[in-house]
Amino acid sequence: MTELTLVQAINRGLQQAMHDDADVVMLGEDIGLNGGVFRATDGLQKEFGAERVIDTPLSETGIVGTAVGMALYGLKPVPEIQFQDFIYPAFDQIVSEVAKFRYRSGGQYPCHLVIRSPYGGGVKGGLYHSQSAEAYFAHTAGLKVVIPSTPADAKGLLLSSIYDEDPVLFFEPKRIYRAVSGEVPDGDHRVPLGVAKVVREGTDLSLFAYGAMVHPALQAAETLASDGPSVEVVDLRTLSPLDEKAVLASVEKTGRAVIVHEAPRFCGYGAELAALFAEKALFSLKAPVARVTGYDTPFPYALEHLYLPNAARIVAAVRTTMAAG
Amino acid sequence: MAEARAAPAEAPVAANEEPPLSDVLSAYRTMVIARVMDERCLTLQRQGRIGFYVPMQGQEAAQVGCAWALAEEDWIFPAYRELGVALARGIPIPLLINQFFGNSGDEIKGRQMPNHYGYRRFRFVTASSPVGTQISHAVGAAMAARLRKDPIVTVSFFGDGTTSSNDFHAALNFAGVFQAPSIFFCQNNQWAISLPREKQTRSATLAEKAAAYGFPGVVVDGMDFRAVYRAVAEARTRALAGGGPTLIEAQVYRLGPHSTSDDPRRYRSDAELAEWRDRDPVARLKQELHEAGALTEENDRAIWEAAKEEIARAVEAAEKLPSVDPLSIFDDVYAQRTPSLEEQRAGLQRELAAGGEPKR
Repeated sequence: MTELTLVQAINRGLQQAMHDDADVVMLGEDIGLNGGVFRATDGLQKEFGAERVIDTPLSETGIVGTAVGMALYGLKPVPEIQFQDFIYPAFDQIVSEVAKFRYRSGGQYPCHLVIRSPYGGGVKGGLYHSQSAEAYFAHTAGLKVVIPSTPADAKGLLLSSIYDEDPVLFFEPKRIYRAVSGEVPDGDHRVPLGVAKVVREGTDLSLFAYGAMVHPALQAAETLASDGPSVEVVDLRTLSPLDEKAVLASVEKTGRAVIVHEAPRFCGYGAELAALFAEKALFSLKAPVARVTGYDTPFPYALEHLYLPNAARIVAAVRTTMAAG
Repeated sequence: MAEARAAPAEAPVAANEEPPLSDVLSAYRTMVIARVMDERCLTLQRQGRIGFYVPMQGQEAAQVGCAWALAEEDWIFPAYRELGVALARGIPIPLLINQFFGNSGDEIKGRQMPNHYGYRRFRFVTASSPVGTQISHAVGAAMAARLRKDPIVTVSFFGDGTTSSNDFHAALNFAGVFQAPSIFFCQNNQWAISLPREKQTRSATLAEKAAAYGFPGVVVDGMDFRAVYRAVAEARTRALAGGGPTLIEAQVYRLGPHSTSDDPRRYRSDAELAEWRDRDPVARLKQELHEAGALTEENDRAIWEAAKEEIARAVEAAEKLPSVDPLSIFDDVYAQRTPSLEEQRAGLQRELAAGGEPKR
């Protein structure tokens, strides 16, 4: 075990995979010599060479398209998109190619790669360095979507993603790259994909969150602990495929659900969870499902503190839900 | 990027870069099969027996000439108009016909429209409909092959319209920077559906775009089998020697419609079509073989007849095959079906058991 920040844990995960498997290659903007703008790939080009840690020209579609070719040939590419806000030029490659290669080839061409990208607000990044675009990708058949919230999960989920057989979009909560640290197992530590985690047990209400939002959710549960309801917090960890069993089990136990994400509300990931509860857990529900999310606006710069869900807003939603039934 | 460049590989193609006469005859046979199959498939679509078709008549010499200059180990990244390349690669006719019918003999399980096929064992990657995306894949595969020290090249196929796409520019730029052993084979067939070549780009040639990315671009008469073969062989030799990529613009003409959903009479003249018909690449190679004493009229007739028979047999067999398994819709989305896919699959299974399959 080693105490690491989340971004250090990512770095150790990448180093472990590159050390263990010569097929693992990385490509992206400023990832080599500069070690990535967040230093996630720091030192890796020096250790593994410029043929495996490739500084690319500034083209996201080029990065992902090239990685697809490498994956088809049999490598395990881990392309980096510098900010998730800049992933859209590669959207065609991801949605039309990465997601569909296995299917459209009748299983002949799996297209396994891991697209890493920092996402989310809270870093004074404005419209184009703050977005949470996970829903676009969770909506696309053929992709897996993974978002860690702790250093140990970051390393473990990343290594599982690299050795998975399917393409994975691995979104890293940049707001807590350095704000969160914790004990991380050494070596080839794996955390299985598709498995949610109850990070705090409770009996009265379930909070569902992922990535950076797990932390204000935990804070809210803690705030309420002394005099309020007993709140369970479920960290989804994998958005696609969703661990349906685990989230339904939690709702069936507590009878109340509040979903937290920083992406806009309309057609956000929370809508899928709310629909799932309506379809499969309606008769366990004692109160309407609530969502605490970003607003249906572009991500604001000066007012990001008002846009982002925080513990106080989550506490308020919990109280309202408790009062409703 | 000197550090990203591998040591020059060995084994360039034959020094004279001219195929032997017997090989050319075999290539001619492949071009004839492509022509006959193309005509047959257009008819099948008009008769409602297959759903769609993308013809390639006029591009036989370019496609077969290019494929002929490659090694079996080289990887092909086709668009959806590469029947000549597929046949030259040795992909069996029945396999292609079954794909057009989307039946149980279709190895890609009826997942795609006709012409969107691919077969790993022939190193012929499954095509998609968006244009240009495959060009980056070819660059990535070339870089991967070099990393593994495999002495191969990759070749991407695309048309004049695709030179306006994002991925064309991204891919050529990456290939230039990383000196990828990759050949960009552009078949300029003069028309991107209804947009003529001169309205696609202000550049005098498509090949000259390579200059901006720092590698050679060459224009070749795509109606001339030997000229195409030489250009590709030369590009391949250079790529394998560590000399980087080449953009080849093969000037051809799409004698047919863009697809069976297109009517070219809306946008181009009969006179233009007639002019290009006179340059028919199949007739041209026949003439050359005839003059070289390698092909008699009688042999030629036999080649056409054999092609027709082989295709007729494949069509007859394809129509006898059952359709794809309905439940296969849920396979190959992921390596393993997810719980929600299992649930949806069970739902369809119940629906089929209760009421049978709705009309296709």
